[in-house]
Amino acid sequence: MRIGVIAIQGDVSEHVESLERALAERGATAEIVTIKHKGIVPTCDGLVFPGGESTTLGRLILREGIDVEIKDAKEKGIPIMGTCAGLILTAKAGDSQVEKTHQHLLGLMDIKVNRNAFGRQFESFEIGLDISFLDSPYNAVFIRAPAITEAGEGVKVLASIDGKIVAAEQDNVLAFAFHPELTDDMRVHQYFLDKLFN
Amino acid sequence: MELEKLRHGTELIKRGFAKMQKGGVIMDVTTPEEARIAEEAGAVAVMALHAVPSDIRKEGGVARMADPQVTADIIASVTIPVMAKARIGHFVEAEILQALGSDMIDESEVLTPADEEFHIDKTQFTVPFVCGARNLGEALRRINEGAAMIRTKGEAGTGDVREAVRHMKQILGEIRTLQGMTKEELIMAARDIEAPIELVMETAQMQRLPVVNFAAGGIATPADAALMMRLGADGVFVGSGIFKAEKPEVMAKAIVEAVNNYNNPEVLAEVSKGIGAGMKGISVDSIPEDQVLQTRGW
Repeated sequence: MRIGVIAIQGDVSEHVESLERALAERGATAEIVTIKHKGIVPTCDGLVFPGGESTTLGRLILREGIDVEIKDAKEKGIPIMGTCAGLILTAKAGDSQVEKTHQHLLGLMDIKVNRNAFGRQFESFEIGLDISFLDSPYNAVFIRAPAITEAGEGVKVLASIDGKIVAAEQDNVLAFAFHPELTDDMRVHQYFLDKLFN
Repeated sequence: MELEKLRHGTELIKRGFAKMQKGGVIMDVTTPEEARIAEEAGAVAVMALHAVPSDIRKEGGVARMADPQVTADIIASVTIPVMAKARIGHFVEAEILQALGSDMIDESEVLTPADEEFHIDKTQFTVPFVCGARNLGEALRRINEGAAMIRTKGEAGTGDVREAVRHMKQILGEIRTLQGMTKEELIMAARDIEAPIELVMETAQMQRLPVVNFAAGGIATPADAALMMRLGADGVFVGSGIFKAEKPEVMAKAIVEAVNNYNNPEVLAEVSKGIGAGMKGISVDSIPEDQVLQTRGW
């Protein structure tokens, strides 16, 4: 089992540590690799898109040629999890801000996103969030977070705040607007690992 | 969901914001046009200021926060985060920058200090701060005041990377010396470097600063940026190095590529070709003592 974390920019080490911790919790083992260049994505059984700056990430993924490999992985049914900037990249379409910067989107999910749906850093927040697959609230950290404004029929909504979708799932792709890698609660990573191990 | 349950400006959110910048390049800009060039090149954030450090050096006089109108225009022109500089101790400039919508505030020695005794109490703000440091004690004092990110001071506006190298090695070297110390030794170490014991213990245990640690001050070429990454920086700030270069767009892109490929000399050689001249620069040892910026702040 091999899990790749896209490591072009952002909080990569936090995701690696969270995955290690979540694996240890369930007594499972897997190799975790960080991905900066093309050639590695096709060797992975699961992929994680960290948080970071989506404008930057999108540009560099295109420049490095990783974008095509990720789309192939999606078609092959490889479990993929995106958090924050990662959620934006999974989308099919974006708002005017996304379009203005010619943001490169991968279109892995039938969703439309609003890049900074909750405002700038001043408005960033933590909240006890109800997520459909958890039986108690999850302390979710939203940093200049995006939200899903439109979701197609095949998309399962996992959590919303004030009518804005902040977690969703479609086939083998999971997207979260918040940062499960910044807290010690591994339940979101476990949900992703369930897809790999079950 | 009850919106009043939202918690803003927590330590987790502030430090988390800084973590999203890791592996990235933050570029100094003075106009919306420069900000767009930086964003297009792949910068993770821009730093708004009224003049780049090398021009601040030339101009002399009192260097203050940038014109709020220009800062607001820069904020409106890009989607990446916008940081802005406030003078050391000038908490009102910082409040203005926060009110303008800046995503992070740099309490910076590049500007003329407003207080020769106290830094800003950064815990009173909702937005996070980044501060410069030359050694571990200084870094931990800033973190204790609420800084969510540290950068080396280097010597801004010189294009001479040696001070950034010195400060990065100094900080990381001091962290290594804490390894394996007993609690009583750590207490003595904390007293020596004038830093809070809790933060010294946390740093000793983590074997890194408790917040993101960037390099800044004198980075002028793709090779300089890669050097700082190799030394252990989480990312880099480039000030005068971009817009004082012969071809800013090309230099900006090359430095982003260099940070993403800092371990690969072949790629570094490739991205360093045909990018035009870097900023002219001045050697640090030719600067009169009263014009040295890194000794501002304590």
